[in-house]
Formats: sequence, structure tokens, C-alpha cells
Amino acid sequence: MISFLRSIAAEFAKIFTTRLWWILALVLFGYIGLLAGGLAVLFSGLQTGVISPDTVNTGGGELSGFGSLPPIIYSFASSIGYVFPVLIGALATTGEFRHQTLTPTFLATPRRGVVLGAKTVTLLLVGAAFGLIALAASVGIGGGIMSAFGVDALLLDPETWLLVARSVLAMALWAAIGVGLGVLVPSQVASIVIVLAFTQFVEPLLRLAASFLEVTAKIGNFLPGAASDALVGASIFNLMTPAGAAPLDWWQGGLVLLGYAIVATVIGYAVSWRKDVT
Amino acid sequence: MPTGALIEFTNISKRFGGVTAVNDLSFTVKPGRVTGFLGPNGAGKTTSLRILLGLVAASSGTATFGGVRYRDLPHPLQTVGAALEAATFHPGRSARDHLGVYAIAAGLPRTRVLEVLTQVGLAAHAAQRVGGYSLGMRQRLGLAYALLGDPGVLVLDEPINGLDPEGIRWIRGFLRDMAAEGRTVLVSSHLLSEVQQSVDDVVIIARGELIHLGPLSSLDTDAAAQTIVDSPNRDALAAALTTAGISFSIGRTGLLAATSDPALLGHLAFEAGVELSVLHRQKAGLEDSFLTLVGGGHSL
Ligand SMILES: Nc1ncnc2c1ncn2[C@@H]1O[C@H](COP(=O)(O)OP(=O)(O)O)[C@@H](O)[C@H]1O
Ligand SMILES: [Mg+2]
Repeated sequence: MISFLRSIAAEFAKIFTTRLWWILALVLFGYIGLLAGGLAVLFSGLQTGVISPDTVNTGGGELSGFGSLPPIIYSFASSIGYVFPVLIGALATTGEFRHQTLTPTFLATPRRGVVLGAKTVTLLLVGAAFGLIALAASVGIGGGIMSAFGVDALLLDPETWLLVARSVLAMALWAAIGVGLGVLVPSQVASIVIVLAFTQFVEPLLRLAASFLEVTAKIGNFLPGAASDALVGASIFNLMTPAGAAPLDWWQGGLVLLGYAIVATVIGYAVSWRKDVT
Repeated sequence: MPTGALIEFTNISKRFGGVTAVNDLSFTVKPGRVTGFLGPNGAGKTTSLRILLGLVAASSGTATFGGVRYRDLPHPLQTVGAALEAATFHPGRSARDHLGVYAIAAGLPRTRVLEVLTQVGLAAHAAQRVGGYSLGMRQRLGLAYALLGDPGVLVLDEPINGLDPEGIRWIRGFLRDMAAEGRTVLVSSHLLSEVQQSVDDVVIIARGELIHLGPLSSLDTDAAAQTIVDSPNRDALAAALTTAGISFSIGRTGLLAATSDPALLGHLAFEAGVELSVLHRQKAGLEDSFLTLVGGGHSL
């Protein structure tokens, strides 16, 4: 037990003694702040008539039916920002293979399962911290702008803060999925390519394609991004897809994400983590 | 003062797919002595040491420290310090932070980090990112990692590679000091000459198999040993040798006399009233018998 706690402390030290974490955190904050702020300006402008619908190609018609804007904007933190915790989780594991730091790590803590468990716990917490940073951007900047336009930013609504809490949980689980991916695909380059291709391209297309049929939509609900959006409870993505099957409950979505993290980590442990370090 | 444990390799074999890297290797390494683990490149030294440290799983056999496998040691870094060949650092991390991570993992006080960096002469570069280190500095950092837990056993894979002459002199003294304190010191090299001055015992392997084992002097089997002798008055020395019937040739550093007995030459010179400037046994015999043992010295 004491060795597990020490191992967690060591994993934290690994994260915070290189520059990667704050570079990713900074980009995450900027990216989500820009998107949430931009959309907040556009939608609140349209809603309050500051921006004329005529100047926007899509037309304001469908936006008027769109009662709850703030949750959509706040959920950018996870629905768009989730790639960041996945990346830091994957880099935390693939970096050990790439820089051969598995050697000093396993010399200091020869129980390899302890190390992988400690890494998962550490990255869950780092992912949650990334969630807070992303929410600071989406709620702080997006909510601030909506309030400035006089649109109700729902900051006193408990639903908003439940969404914040569920977003933090989602981001934590995404970082654990990153750890699992990193042991499943120890090549750093391959891992990064998979993260970017899957999150930015493959999964959105799959979700869109799956949503057209009732039966595939049910399966599509179990895609990790869809499960994450179900957990959070709101997503820009839901606006862009035809109404398919009802999404999973929030807790079901959370369990599906957890399942991905566990399956990837356990298989990765067997295929790379416990293998010879040469 | 930490005390050394006995290292025991018992029938260790390792196959990588079709390649047999180590084949039925058994030997022990005693505390209080420096043991050279020697063999040409590809002989299986690194593989054997990684098996000992639990980083590579043996196909069969066991390797233990005082009867305990590495992964069963309750305090591994405080028991065994290891520096392996490869550069195992994150280039973006400073030396201080690199060691700090593992000090935390092993439950060691943070003060040890600066202590070991000072010990290996890297204190001035403690805050520098390791990516900018030279090969010699990386070797020293690897050594600092090994020393972190002040262990009774040191396992060092080719620690002399990449060191400058001053560093080589330093590490030789360091190895002697560690053994003198009662620690077990196992140090690998593909060159006998690199460690010859520091080791008490040698374990020689080639193609994964044990070839020779014993004290360093057991390699000294060259019957036709020579003694190098020189004098400011080389002609007088040559005349004295000729008179005594000792054949010689003229070498780079003096006369190579065909005798293994320096005392005999000293006596002859004394009798003849010739001042000596050089008198020592030719040591090349060790390297020669090492090369013969490992098979003609190809790939060395
Ligand atoms: N991971 C590996 N996969 C396949 N073969 C390996 C691996 N590691 C070492 N070998 C082979 O095992 C043999 C011994 O290598 P090694 O232990 O590195 O020797 P040394 O350290 O004495 O130079 C070599 O033939 C090498 O090619
Ligand atoms: Mg080697």
C-alpha cells in the first residue's frame, strides 16, 4: 500500500517535471475559450438581436427554438476538449517506452502492476484538473460573454453545476483511456496519430453514419465520444446529427467510458507493460 | 555501512525467439570484491544483468541477491543499485528532477539527490535538462541513480563507455572504494583492459555461455611472459643482459626481456652497476589470454 502511494507521488512528479502538462493545459484553455467565447458571442448576439440573423448564412430560424444555449457552450470543455486528457495520458505511458524510463521506474518499483495502477490514478486526477481548466474556459469565458450580452448564463442553475461535475468526471476518464491506449500502442507516434485520427475524424463520422438507422444508432451510443457526451449530458454534436436513438443515461455513459479505460489498460498490460524491458 | 549480498546466477537461459542470448549460465559474485563480467559484444552480458534485475524474464533459471529475487526485495533501490547501458532519461527533465522522481518512488529523502549528484561530480549541472548532457555526463547520472539508495550491491553495465580519461580514473577508484567498504560490485565490459586495474575476479562469457571464472590472476597463464626493462644507459643494460644470456628485443618503451622474473633483472642491473628507469612485467598477457578464451577476439 505504501509502495502504491509512493508510486502515485512519483507519477505526479513525472508529469509536473517536464513542460508538456502546462503546454497542453494552455492550449486547452485557449482553444476552448476561443470556441466557447466565439459561439457565445454569435448565439447571444443573435438572440438579443445585436447581430442580425440576415448576416449569418445559416439563418436564425432554427436557433430560436434552441432554448438552452449555455449547457451546449459549457460542454465544449469535454465534447471538444477531451482530446487533451487522452493525449497527456497516452504520452505519459508511451514516453516511458520511448525514453526507456521503464528501466529506472521498474528498478525503483519492481511490481509493474503497482506502477500501472499508480499511473492510472495519477492521470485520473490530472484529467480532472484538465477538466477544471477547460471548464474555466467554457464557463468563465462563454458564460461571461453571455452574461455581458444579458443572456441568462444559468450560472445559478444547479443543472449547470451538475454538468460541470460530470464534465470533470468525463475528462478524468478520458485521461485513463489515454493511459490504456498508451500501453496498448506503446509507439508514441502511432498513439498520437490514433488519438487525433479517431477523435477528430473517425469517430465523428461513425457517429454521424450510425445515427441514420435506429439499430446502428443504438450501437453508436457506445462509441466513446457518444458515451462521454451522454455522461456530460449536453454536446454540440447532438445538434449536428439527426435525431437517432435516445442517448445513454449519464451513468451508463460513465460506465462505458470506464469500461474502455479498463479494457485498454488490462490488454495493454498483457501485450506491452509486463514484457521484457531490453 | 550497507553490506553486500551474494549474487547468484543459477542455470539462467534466455531465448529471444530463435536466438539463444544466454545459455545455462551459473556463477556467484561475492561481496567485498569487484567482479568483472566480461565478454565480446553480443555475448549476453546486458541480457544476463537485466534478468538479474527483473527487467527481462529468464526462459529458465533463477538469479538472486542473497537468495531473494529482485522483484521480491522489500527495498530494491536501498539494496541494489544498477546502471544499465542505455540512456534512460526523459531529455526534458533536469538531472535533479530525474533522480527526484525515483527517490520519491523508493521512499528516499530528497537530500539524497544532491548528495549523489555531488558524489558523481554533477552537482553543478543538477538543474540542467538531461537532453543537453554529454555521453560521459549521462554515464555519471546513471551511476548517481545507482547510488541513490546507498545500496550494498552495485550492478553496472559498461559504466566506462563514453567516460573521458579523468572519468575513467575516477570510476576505477570508485569501484575499488565501494568493494573496500564491503559492497558487492559487478561490472560488465567488453574490454578486459578497461577494468583490469579494478577487478579482483572475472567472469567471462561468450555466445551466452560461461567460458572462464576465477580471480584476475587466473588469466595470467602466459608461460612465455616478458619483462620490460629500460635504463638511461640502454647499451650498458643490453650488454648486461647479453652477458647473463637473457634474450631480448627492443620495444617501444624499453627492452622486452624474455623472463617473467623482474627481480632477476633488477639483480643483474645492480651487479652491473646499471641504473634502471623502467622495470615491470609485460601485462599484455592478460588481454591475450582473454582474447584467446573468447574466441580470437573477433567483434571486439
Ligand atoms: N530484445 C532482443 N530481441 C532479440 N534479440 C536480442 C534482444 N536483446 C538481445 N538480443 C540478442 O541477444 C544476444 C546478447 O545480447 P546482449 O545481452 O545485449 O549482449 P552484450 O551486452 O554482451 O553485448 C545478442 O545476440 C543480441 O542480438
Ligand atoms: Mg551490452
